[in-house]
Amino acid sequence: MPETVSVSPGVSAAPKTPSPAYRAWQGAQRRRRMLIALSRIALLGLFLAAWEIAPRMEWVNPMLTSYPSAVWQATAELIGDGQLWSNLWVTLVEVVISFAAAMIGGTAIAVALWMSPALERVLDPFLVVLNALPKIALVPIFYIWLGPTGSIYAVAIAVSVFITILMLYTGFRQTDPNKVKLVRTMGASRAQVLGKVVLPGNIDTFTAALKANVGLSLVGVIVGEFQASTAGLGYLIVYGSQIFRMDMVMAAIVVLGVISIAIYLLIQMLERRLAR
Amino acid sequence: MQVQPPLPATALPATAFPAAARTVPPAVEFRDVHLHYFTDKGETHALSGISFTVRKGEFISLVGQSGCGKSTMLSLLAGLIRPTSGEILINGRPVSGPPPEVGFMLQQDSLFEWRTILDNVLLGPEVRGMDMMAAHHRAERLLKSYGLGQFMGHRPTELSGGMRQRAALARTMCMQPDLLLLDEPFSALDFQTRLSIADEIGAIIRSEGKTAILVTHDIPEAIAMADRVIVLAPRPGRLRSIHEIRFPSAGDTRPGAFAAREAAEFQGYFNRIWGEMEDHA
Ligand SMILES: Nc1ncnc2c1ncn2[C@@H]1O[C@H](COP(=O)(O)OP(=O)(O)O)[C@@H](O)[C@H]1O
Ligand SMILES: [Mg+2]
Repeated sequence: MPETVSVSPGVSAAPKTPSPAYRAWQGAQRRRRMLIALSRIALLGLFLAAWEIAPRMEWVNPMLTSYPSAVWQATAELIGDGQLWSNLWVTLVEVVISFAAAMIGGTAIAVALWMSPALERVLDPFLVVLNALPKIALVPIFYIWLGPTGSIYAVAIAVSVFITILMLYTGFRQTDPNKVKLVRTMGASRAQVLGKVVLPGNIDTFTAALKANVGLSLVGVIVGEFQASTAGLGYLIVYGSQIFRMDMVMAAIVVLGVISIAIYLLIQMLERRLAR
Repeated sequence: MQVQPPLPATALPATAFPAAARTVPPAVEFRDVHLHYFTDKGETHALSGISFTVRKGEFISLVGQSGCGKSTMLSLLAGLIRPTSGEILINGRPVSGPPPEVGFMLQQDSLFEWRTILDNVLLGPEVRGMDMMAAHHRAERLLKSYGLGQFMGHRPTELSGGMRQRAALARTMCMQPDLLLLDEPFSALDFQTRLSIADEIGAIIRSEGKTAILVTHDIPEAIAMADRVIVLAPRPGRLRSIHEIRFPSAGDTRPGAFAAREAAEFQGYFNRIWGEMEDHA
């Protein structure tokens, strides 16, 4: 619920009793939202139904596509024997740790670059190249250097840390120059300009980096698990495909989808909190 | 290159500020200041041989075409940039870095959206490490006297343009500056608000006995608010003339900015200054 805010003195708030026309508009609005929600549910139902029916009628090969009821059963099995939770837990821990490391490290480096423009000027081309380089290509190297667990973290951090640095630093540099000038006329040191203007003025940049990074960390962890691990959702996917259990693969992917949704909701909550 | 016409009769020699200087140093003194900007694109001779003094408590308006170095002069006074040659003194001391006696108001009020109005006003004392208890009392008193008492807890986005500019003045005043630098502080406001805010802010600055330098390209505003109007000539920026503004027809005390526009002498000042600025347009 948005707060009501007095726009300026003398401007009174909306009248207490809404006009019939406004009521009608509200009703139409409500119906439109309902229709959208229904359409979404119908679309999902249609997709699931097609996925269930096509393999059963042998229109497509069920060995290749599996179908929802089999996926459901596989999920139930994985839950039943505890495999789902243990693998989910492993993946989540890896995602959270590498996400936090990328965020903290990336922010620290972006701050250091802002504090020292000379450093930034020297490092800029390297950062751009490192950011553009497909980090997935480094997986085998990380594996050799750091072993199975280390390489998962390394990929996940590598995937998100450079984009964090670039996003934050770009945001820092685009801070309203008038605000910076204002605090400089007050005699602010560079650290004070950072603390009073640049950081608080870049909350939006920060949440944007958060958003981009959760997704990227998840990608990095799964890719790392493909190469390296003996546990985690990525492992479940690779293992399922090796023993040709498409239902298991699909079940793991569905769980990944659920995690993504949960993360999305979490970020949205955080964003609201920060926006206040 | 245009040939510089001789200075008109109204121009005063820069050093014409006499006896008192021996005991009390002038609030501001420019001594043969030159400034060159160096960029990759080339060199700009922004200011050339600027010399003048400002008495304590005096209100100066600085006018001239855009690009003739007005903002540069304020940046020099605020210690944001150093002159290429020459010297700038505030209260007799050379400027090196942002002086504590200076308060700066910009065209954009630059209120921080993430702070309440009260916290915005406390920004200066915070940055300068002043006594925050005292600053807090001062901020509340200032906001009340500027008619913003009910809005201390509000965010800047909830205020109108004129109210925001008054909040910006409170933020400046909360640092207790002796010298106010105003860089086109009213030009983002609509005409109506602009007239009344200029009048209000002018009255506040005079009543507190502050020294002020106002940059504006609005000649009537410059005349209405100032004790002296300094006209700059462009490329490179240099002093063209200095006009003493007096309104004897309006009585002994100087009329407020709004009333000054009605004074008999107003049109004469306007015509002269406008003519000078036309020459180079
Ligand atoms: N930071 C800067 N770097 C290079 N040139 C500048 C800079 N600031 C101002 N200038 C140049 O110096 C001249 C004077 O600028 P300024 O003081 O902003 O003029 P005004 O405020 O009178 O419009 C202009 O030609 C402008 O382009
Ligand atoms: Mg300017």
